[in-house]
Amino acid sequence: MLLAVLSGFLLAAVAPWLVPRLGAHAGRVLALLPVGLFLWFASLLPAVGGGETLLWEYAWVPGLDVQLGFLVDGLSLLFALLISGIGALVTLYAGSYLAGHRDLARFFVWLLAFMASMLGLVLSDGLIALFVFWELTSITSFLLIGFAHEDKTARQAALQGLFVTVGGGLALLAGFVLLALAAGGWSLSAVLDAGDAVREHAHYAVIAWLIFLGAFTKSAQVPFHFWLPNAMAAPTPVSAYLHSATMVKAGVYLLARFQPALGGTDLWVFTLTLVGAATLFTGALLALRSSGMKRMLAYSTVMALGTLTLLAGIGGETAAIAFVAFLLAHSLYKGALFLIAGVIDHETGCREVPEMGGFGRAMPVSFAVAVLAALSAAGVMPLFGFIAKELLFESALGLAAWQPVVLTLTLAGLVGGVAVAAVVGLRPWIGRPVTTPREPHEAPLDLLAGPALLALLGLLFGLLPGLAERGLLAAAAGAVHGQAVTPNLALWHGLNLPLAMSALTLVAGLLVAWRWDGIRKMLVGLGFVERFGAERGYDAGMLGLVRVAAWQTRLLQNGHLRYYILTTLSATALLLVYALVTRHAVIPPWSSSGVRLYEVVIGAVVLMAALVAVTTRSRLGAVASLGAAGFGVALIYVLFSAPDVGITQVLIETLTVLMLVLVLFRLPSFLGLTPGRIKLRDASISLTIGGLMSWLLLDAVAAHHQGSISRYFVENAVPAGHGQNIVNVILVDFRALDTLGEIVVLGLAAIGVYAMIKLRAEDRRRRGKEEPR
Amino acid sequence: MESMMALVVGGLYAAAIYMMLRRSIVKLVIGLVLLGNAANLLIFTSGGLTRGAPPLVPDGAAMPAGAVADPLAQALILTAIVIGFGVLAFAVVLIHRAYEVVGADDMDRMKDTDT
Amino acid sequence: MRKQSVILRTAAHVLLPLLLLFSAFLLLRGHNAPGGGFIAGLVASAALALYLFSLGIASARHALGVDPRRLIGAGLVIAIGSALPAAFFGDAFFTGRWLTLDWFPSGPLKLGTPLLFDLGVYLVVIGSVMTIVLTLAEAEERPDAPSNEGD
Repeated sequence: MLLAVLSGFLLAAVAPWLVPRLGAHAGRVLALLPVGLFLWFASLLPAVGGGETLLWEYAWVPGLDVQLGFLVDGLSLLFALLISGIGALVTLYAGSYLAGHRDLARFFVWLLAFMASMLGLVLSDGLIALFVFWELTSITSFLLIGFAHEDKTARQAALQGLFVTVGGGLALLAGFVLLALAAGGWSLSAVLDAGDAVREHAHYAVIAWLIFLGAFTKSAQVPFHFWLPNAMAAPTPVSAYLHSATMVKAGVYLLARFQPALGGTDLWVFTLTLVGAATLFTGALLALRSSGMKRMLAYSTVMALGTLTLLAGIGGETAAIAFVAFLLAHSLYKGALFLIAGVIDHETGCREVPEMGGFGRAMPVSFAVAVLAALSAAGVMPLFGFIAKELLFESALGLAAWQPVVLTLTLAGLVGGVAVAAVVGLRPWIGRPVTTPREPHEAPLDLLAGPALLALLGLLFGLLPGLAERGLLAAAAGAVHGQAVTPNLALWHGLNLPLAMSALTLVAGLLVAWRWDGIRKMLVGLGFVERFGAERGYDAGMLGLVRVAAWQTRLLQNGHLRYYILTTLSATALLLVYALVTRHAVIPPWSSSGVRLYEVVIGAVVLMAALVAVTTRSRLGAVASLGAAGFGVALIYVLFSAPDVGITQVLIETLTVLMLVLVLFRLPSFLGLTPGRIKLRDASISLTIGGLMSWLLLDAVAAHHQGSISRYFVENAVPAGHGQNIVNVILVDFRALDTLGEIVVLGLAAIGVYAMIKLRAEDRRRRGKEEPR
Repeated sequence: MESMMALVVGGLYAAAIYMMLRRSIVKLVIGLVLLGNAANLLIFTSGGLTRGAPPLVPDGAAMPAGAVADPLAQALILTAIVIGFGVLAFAVVLIHRAYEVVGADDMDRMKDTDT
Repeated sequence: MRKQSVILRTAAHVLLPLLLLFSAFLLLRGHNAPGGGFIAGLVASAALALYLFSLGIASARHALGVDPRRLIGAGLVIAIGSALPAAFFGDAFFTGRWLTLDWFPSGPLKLGTPLLFDLGVYLVVIGSVMTIVLTLAEAEERPDAPSNEGD
């Protein structure tokens, strides 16, 4: 199992080496991996279809008792099959679509890495692993959207997608942490078992909202829908795979996954149904307003994701069945349509639907595939999309609250959906042939295999719904619903309300499609969509962020070292005062008991030397008084039982003075730069902090008792460390690792000094060479 | 005795910070040296001051007979002193280089990176 | 560097071996009495610095024998190497291993990995300090008088 998830990463790692060697066959060979994965997952079907939940666990961090678990039930298996199956077709397709592209190897690296991340996402049992894979899909998606990195729009779209999804990912992480605390465990299994505890937890609303945020951003729900159409800057296979069939479904996967634990509450139903219905409607409206084929498809994907959110919100047996059926149907037909859009682009050079027409004669197979997929998308009998649509209406009718609103939005949205399907399924193919950048011709087999297979599967599952249902959909719906379900998928449910609604949307949708040019112009005229759209909000937010960053950089990073010091010190001082005042309100009493005269003299010498160092106007005087202060401190060490420290201090003080003499006298002498007022300010700040440090020290001394750790060192120096000098035993034995770090720092400082001086010498030598010319 | 040491430590801190707030880079270096001494003395004193009982175990004994000075604080500052020297050398050379490049002892003229 | 007095130069000649010997003594006794790698390393460095200031850079480099940067590397290797024997015995990294030799009349001699580690510290300290001092001294000398080295 671990191998199954990681194999994508492994293949991605060798892809840069492999792809150039495989040449034109790269796509075909690399597709073998997802094919193999698909077959392996398919081999799990009998067990999972029988209602089993398979669990693999690997010790990840045994010391912290962290497990890496993989869970396979109906829902994750459905996703895994979609990811590996469509992954195989897309890899094959991309090999031909991007044949000869300069960065083909890079593309496959990211595509395979994405596939592995996505598999990890849907199979993870641990919340943390799920989150990690979640973010990995965001990152690979970022890289794939920005594949054409010379193109500014692609870069912006990639960044936008990354910000939105990763921002949501942060919310998701917070939600997971709270969820794990509420459920008492970090695995999905634990969370699903603790549903009641989670729903009644005090933080339930916060958890739900955080997870919603993650799911909504990933699955492009209103108001985060704007990133998905922009993500169409990615190569078409990527759009088909990530931004339609798999990655964007991660959000709804999460909602479906947690529905048994979190779902069923008013908050859950209310939010998800309304957001889902709003997204459905918005997606349909914006799809009709666009003209680019991929953009239309992207908005209709937004619409489909809204539908899935709506179904996850409704809950119950019918909605669960509708969810998995719609998920499967959408992945099949939308994948096919995207790939066909790529075929049109590749073979004719056209991207805008209004500029297309009459391709059907030159590309009959593509035409057939497009019609088949579009029929499924429109929900026409006898395709699988029809069954899914019927179930959707049935679930929406079963909704208790807000039914009229949701139903109206759904109906209106689906009319738009039918219209979009009709436009992309018919418009490019029929009518008078138009002149195109490239002479239209039929695509090669590699490009057609994927969409054809997907479209045919849509037909097959429509005609024989039991085929998909028995093995997989029943188990998947069971996982969404939380208990076993008995679906009864059939084409013909009798003359009932859902059928009437289905017919209504079909007729209305065809009318819209017939009058599409006029309607689109009218919709484009509605400028408010751009003025008040969510994307404007994103832009304003980013602009604001940049402004705040610039403002605070100017404020904090002003280039004056002493203001940095001042800021740091003031903050420290405030915290110190807070701690001292709240914990020990009194200044410990002054005690001069037992002070000996020579000690007072040494202390006074140190202070005097420091004062001279501060006030003197001569550099030599300053360095000399520094030395005096240092030797005074060394004497203090020696007097108070620290011979080692004292010796070290004396030696270092000597070397310091020596070094300062070597360097400082090559610098100019002191300048009287500062006016008296500022000197006074600085002096009072310094004295305040100095006073605080005195207070801190008195406080620390008053509280000091030789702690247990010191006592341990004292008692064990000879028995365990075989040394009588306890300080040395600590340095070279008890805390040797610390000392190792310290000598590394020392060595690095020395090498840094060497490098800086050498650099200068090189500089000068170079300059010296240039001068004669 | 601790009271007097508190005074010395406070005085050293005040002197160090005052020097670090000046515009002259040479004064900054002097401030750094003073700051190192002040911090070491702070740690040393907070470990407790003990006269005439260095943390040494007499020959043949398993542990010191009476109370000895805190060896941990001493171990801490012993390495701190040596590292402080290394870091100071690095800082001094860095400042020296900066001076050569910018040609100014005034920190206010060093705030542009494009000189 | 300017010409130094004869007394200083003679003293440096005599003092260098003595101080180096003393630093080795400090290193070896450091585990049982004041001393140890840091202090011994600093004493040796101070001795070499004295030599440098009285007899010039070239002589100091010659007296040191190796490039001080190599000492840093060697010291770090020895220090890390001293941690490894523990691994062969299945102990945690840096667990001390001791060997007691009963060959001398003065008492048993205890050799252990902590002493090896201290040797590493000693070398790193000498290497670092001498790298700094030598580099600075050379920089001091080069710009104004590139050719009168050691004179």
